[in-house]
Amino acid sequence: MAEKVMVKGTEAIGEAAIRAGCRLYFGYPITPQSELTEYMSRRMPQVDGVFLQAESEVAAVNMLYGAASTGHRVMTSTSSPGYSLMQEGVSYIAGAELPVVFVNVVRGGPGLGDIQPAQSDYFQATKGGGHGDYRLVVYGPESLQEAVELTEKAFDVADEYRNPVLILADGLLGQMMEPVEFPEYRDLNTLPDHSSWAMQGAKGREPHKITSFDINEHVLEQMNLRYQEKYKKIIEKEQMWEEYKTEDADIIIVAYGTMGRIAKTIVNMAREKGVKAGLLRPITLWPFPYEIISKLADQAKLFFTVEMSMGQMVEDVKLAVNGKKPVEFYGRTGGVVPTPNEVLAKLMELI
Amino acid sequence: MSYKIKLKGPEALSGKEFTYCPGCHHGIVHRLIAEVIDELGIREKTLMVAPVGCSVFAYEFFDVDGTVAPHGRAPAVATGMKRAMPENVVFTYQGDGDLAAIGTAEIIHAANRGEKITTIFINNAIYGMTGGQMAPTTLLGMKTTTSPYGRSAENEGYPLHMAEILSNLPGVAFLARTKVNKPQDVLKTKKLIKKAFLAQIEGKGFGMVEVLSTCPTNWGVPPVEANKWLEENLVPEFPLGVYVDKVGDEK
Repeated sequence: MAEKVMVKGTEAIGEAAIRAGCRLYFGYPITPQSELTEYMSRRMPQVDGVFLQAESEVAAVNMLYGAASTGHRVMTSTSSPGYSLMQEGVSYIAGAELPVVFVNVVRGGPGLGDIQPAQSDYFQATKGGGHGDYRLVVYGPESLQEAVELTEKAFDVADEYRNPVLILADGLLGQMMEPVEFPEYRDLNTLPDHSSWAMQGAKGREPHKITSFDINEHVLEQMNLRYQEKYKKIIEKEQMWEEYKTEDADIIIVAYGTMGRIAKTIVNMAREKGVKAGLLRPITLWPFPYEIISKLADQAKLFFTVEMSMGQMVEDVKLAVNGKKPVEFYGRTGGVVPTPNEVLAKLMELI
Repeated sequence: MSYKIKLKGPEALSGKEFTYCPGCHHGIVHRLIAEVIDELGIREKTLMVAPVGCSVFAYEFFDVDGTVAPHGRAPAVATGMKRAMPENVVFTYQGDGDLAAIGTAEIIHAANRGEKITTIFINNAIYGMTGGQMAPTTLLGMKTTTSPYGRSAENEGYPLHMAEILSNLPGVAFLARTKVNKPQDVLKTKKLIKKAFLAQIEGKGFGMVEVLSTCPTNWGVPPVEANKWLEENLVPEFPLGVYVDKVGDEK
């Protein structure tokens, strides 16, 4: 590991992607992630990679589709309205089972919204967004160091399952600066070999056909069942979460990403007031850590979900708690980041 | 002197039977592309992007690596492929709904970047697979299921001329409009398709051949009459010819 360097969030993710072996980036500028696109435009030529500014997010996601179908590591980044435009391609990429990494630096919505940090793309990120029965692995980092580590992991997981992976950050993570330790550069020769399925020219073999398509409903059903088998494996193996002071907690705060980070402060403040609070921070938003929350529901008296949205993840928390204990919610939206004091005040009202 | 009789079709075709309607020109154009791929000796490094529409199955008819792009996005998909695999030959096959309606942005920008890909554009002035609706290339006065009183300039605008539009872009290295309704046209079209591939192979830029084609089923006429209708109606609206040629004559 190298020494720590001070970097901006968007650039940290870009650098991590390059170190993970990403050599093709297609994207389109949108606030608050434009610096990632700019960073890739500087860095890609330095590592013999490809940077191309697409004419739209629609084109960018389809350039990814094409590049990923050749077996290379590829990435794009965008922010909420741009990710909405990409949904057509996300659905096709999931159906074609291509390993692609997406970064959505979420801003306030709906519609044009604003350019401040938000978590209101949770539904779109974890429940689909595009058409059809498909799933993406979704990571919600809380810090730049974690974002760097999850970016590297995202490429490996995408490769392993031939499935798109989404890093769901928010405007705060994208724009903040923090010291970060970057991993070593991945030796491109050690990356997984995709020649068994990738489109690289049918030399000495049967042609490879990559599609998300079959006109026969029974064949398409079989394809979907195959995807579901894969998703089942991902649910079993890829769940990640962090527990903070949950051992003796009566109140479990559930929060992710930037909000999860703020929630640690809230847990400490609550404990100073004699309230036994703890934090469950999902790191994978899909697969969602239902089981651990269900277990905590046997112990805790109350769940308190805090989000920078009007309440999206709270539905998953309720599913996990399954009526065993009350699930309360507090959220700010439109790009407003809740302060620890206001969340604590709400929490004290609940007990 | 001994002669070898070749009974097989081009190697670049998979041999799978075409599923197109009688009198449709897709089959002819597929065959021409395959012959060109064989003659250029590029089958083992060709990557194809099939469209959405009647020819969505094209990826199965060619014996090359292939995928299906979302509607209209083939030039973007092909761009990603070509940038990842610059040594390979990448071509898209697109209809008028695909290329001239939903995918107008993608084709214009790929052409303008001088993307080293080849596009075969089938223009039959109507939507085939969805059942005969109006296309951007539908002629004025032409009746379709969504222009039942005939296309009017006032309501739907004018037929879109993609070859003329794209020919203004400096990234385009070869661009021609042709037809295959007569035997001599078929031979000529093959030469044009070859040049559109050479534009890519020689690294000169974007190459496209627009082929005026029939859709007897949705035009509601028998195949022979469709060929005649094409000659009398499509050709006057969409002038044939070579619009851009930076490839030069074959040596």
